[in-house]
Amino acid sequence: MVENNRWGNFFAHLVLILGVAVVVFPVYVAVIASTHPSGTFLRGVMPLLPGPNALENYRTVIFEGRSRAGTPPIGGMLWNSFIMAMAITLGKLSISILSAFAIVYFRFPGRIFFFWVIFLTLMLPVEVRIVPTFEVVANLGMLNSFAGLSIPLIASATATFLFRQFFMTVPEELMEAARVDGAGPMKFFKDILLPLSITNIAALFVIMFIYGWNQYLWPLLITTDQEYYTIVMGIQRMVTGGDSEPLWHLVMATVTLAALPPILVILFMQRLFVKGLTETEK
Amino acid sequence: MASILLDNLHKVYAGGVQAVTGVSLDVKDGEMIVLVGPSGCGKSTLLRMVAGLETISSGTLKIGDRVVNNLEPADRDIAMVFQNYALYPHMTVYNNLAYGLKNRKTPKDEIDRRVQEAAAMLEIAPFLDRKPRNLSGGQRQRVAMGRALVREPAAFLFDEPLSNLDAKLRVQMRVEIKQLQRRLGTTSLYVTHDQLEALTLADRLVVLNGGVIEQVGTPMEVYNKPASLFVAGFIGSPAMNMVPAEYLREKGAVFPASLPQGTDLIGIRPDELTLIPPEGDQLAVSGKLMLLEPAGAESHLYIHLEGSDQPIVMRVPGVPDMQEGETICMHASIEALHPFSKATGRRTG
Repeated sequence: MVENNRWGNFFAHLVLILGVAVVVFPVYVAVIASTHPSGTFLRGVMPLLPGPNALENYRTVIFEGRSRAGTPPIGGMLWNSFIMAMAITLGKLSISILSAFAIVYFRFPGRIFFFWVIFLTLMLPVEVRIVPTFEVVANLGMLNSFAGLSIPLIASATATFLFRQFFMTVPEELMEAARVDGAGPMKFFKDILLPLSITNIAALFVIMFIYGWNQYLWPLLITTDQEYYTIVMGIQRMVTGGDSEPLWHLVMATVTLAALPPILVILFMQRLFVKGLTETEK
Repeated sequence: MASILLDNLHKVYAGGVQAVTGVSLDVKDGEMIVLVGPSGCGKSTLLRMVAGLETISSGTLKIGDRVVNNLEPADRDIAMVFQNYALYPHMTVYNNLAYGLKNRKTPKDEIDRRVQEAAAMLEIAPFLDRKPRNLSGGQRQRVAMGRALVREPAAFLFDEPLSNLDAKLRVQMRVEIKQLQRRLGTTSLYVTHDQLEALTLADRLVVLNGGVIEQVGTPMEVYNKPASLFVAGFIGSPAMNMVPAEYLREKGAVFPASLPQGTDLIGIRPDELTLIPPEGDQLAVSGKLMLLEPAGAESHLYIHLEGSDQPIVMRVPGVPDMQEGETICMHASIEALHPFSKATGRRTG
């Protein structure tokens, strides 16, 4: 398959570079835009070189917000997003790993039925069930709360399914050896299954965190109190808020800051990823 | 140390499959019993029933003086060595050995003493800090044994522990297991499908077929006096030759008139056939040499009996000076013949 053809190499690299450029260019434009003063964008020409206002723009979004348009300083929104994303991630992980453990290692009546019920929820993403979910959350008095932001998004068939697939590849003798060694089910789970799943957990952590961080529709629907605004919906409010022209330089600064936490999570978790790829522990 | 008593054990799977039928066995304290049989004969199921990994459908299982039918594996005071070792991949060798003791709340210095002792005995002390994936197959095998050893259990259960090793290592480990078991004097049940392993390791051999015990006895008893056609064919390599008694009568082979009642098959081991007539009463038949297969110190001769397609294997020392296609005459001492009944499949005398 691998040919050391000069033109082949050149062509392959060309395609890759073009691909990367297509992906990176908008990000670059956003970062550049966040460094210009407000008037620049009204001329209709996007600058491609950094402007002089970087420090001032970032200071504005972090400390002042746009009180006129009803958007608070973004520190609070970043924190809200972080809390929501973490709650969703940890909730999803702990519930799905436990339910996968139950489905794979225990024989109880209705085991297959429950598995399919869990599987069925894959077909019902938040957007589909948003009206009844809102009704339930509102009746429970969870509007404008972190519980309301995170709990409805925690059920996850995807993670349950992935853990189930992984558990099924763990040799059964390991469980039997643990039984002979005097480990009960929960001890087996804690001492053996959990350490073996650590790379899967890391991978799912990244995916779930980004999923939680990027939630837009749900927070928009159930939060009316500024205190619970999340960053992603905050950006939208900045664009449409107020009567004046959107302040693109501030929006772009906010966007850049909003993209940072997911990037940090990926960078941090990458080490575990690589470990998971190079070490085959089974 | 304990005896193990299996009394009329049955295992029926949910689908109605009868895996083990009415197995009774008395394993004496300190004895090494090898369960041997072809795959699917129920030997592993039986072992797992003793271990507590399979439920017992009916019958009584006693380890020592306790009936353990409904006890968890951990409460039966047994240790098991698995076929694929089942080492915990994320733990060091030390922790693999110590895990069972930790779960039993053994004091820390006691754990350390026992682990070091087992490691020294099995020569795995240099690897205590390594993870299983950094060990060779033979070393993993030793760790798996060590995990059983540190527990100082009433009985060892071995589930085909050598089948993942290469031939040379298998012989070496076989010897070590035997020596270790002798030294510790721990009651052991050992499952294998390899008849050579079975013959060399066992104090007593249990041959299983289709979930039923075919024969129990010392290796030499089983080899010299197989109780059934199945045992005769399974134990010994190459397998025992089976010749219809009728054929031998017709050919006028020197033959005693008084065969046990109901005998219609005569078994002869390949190494009991000779080219030179032995002393005393004997049997002589001739056949055509189809293939001569030298195997180092000995040769296998594949022969078709004269006037029939009945194949016969013969094992002779060295390489005889013969041509394929040649007609040769074979002899066997009368004492070396094994009479069987085709109808019942049992030995007749």
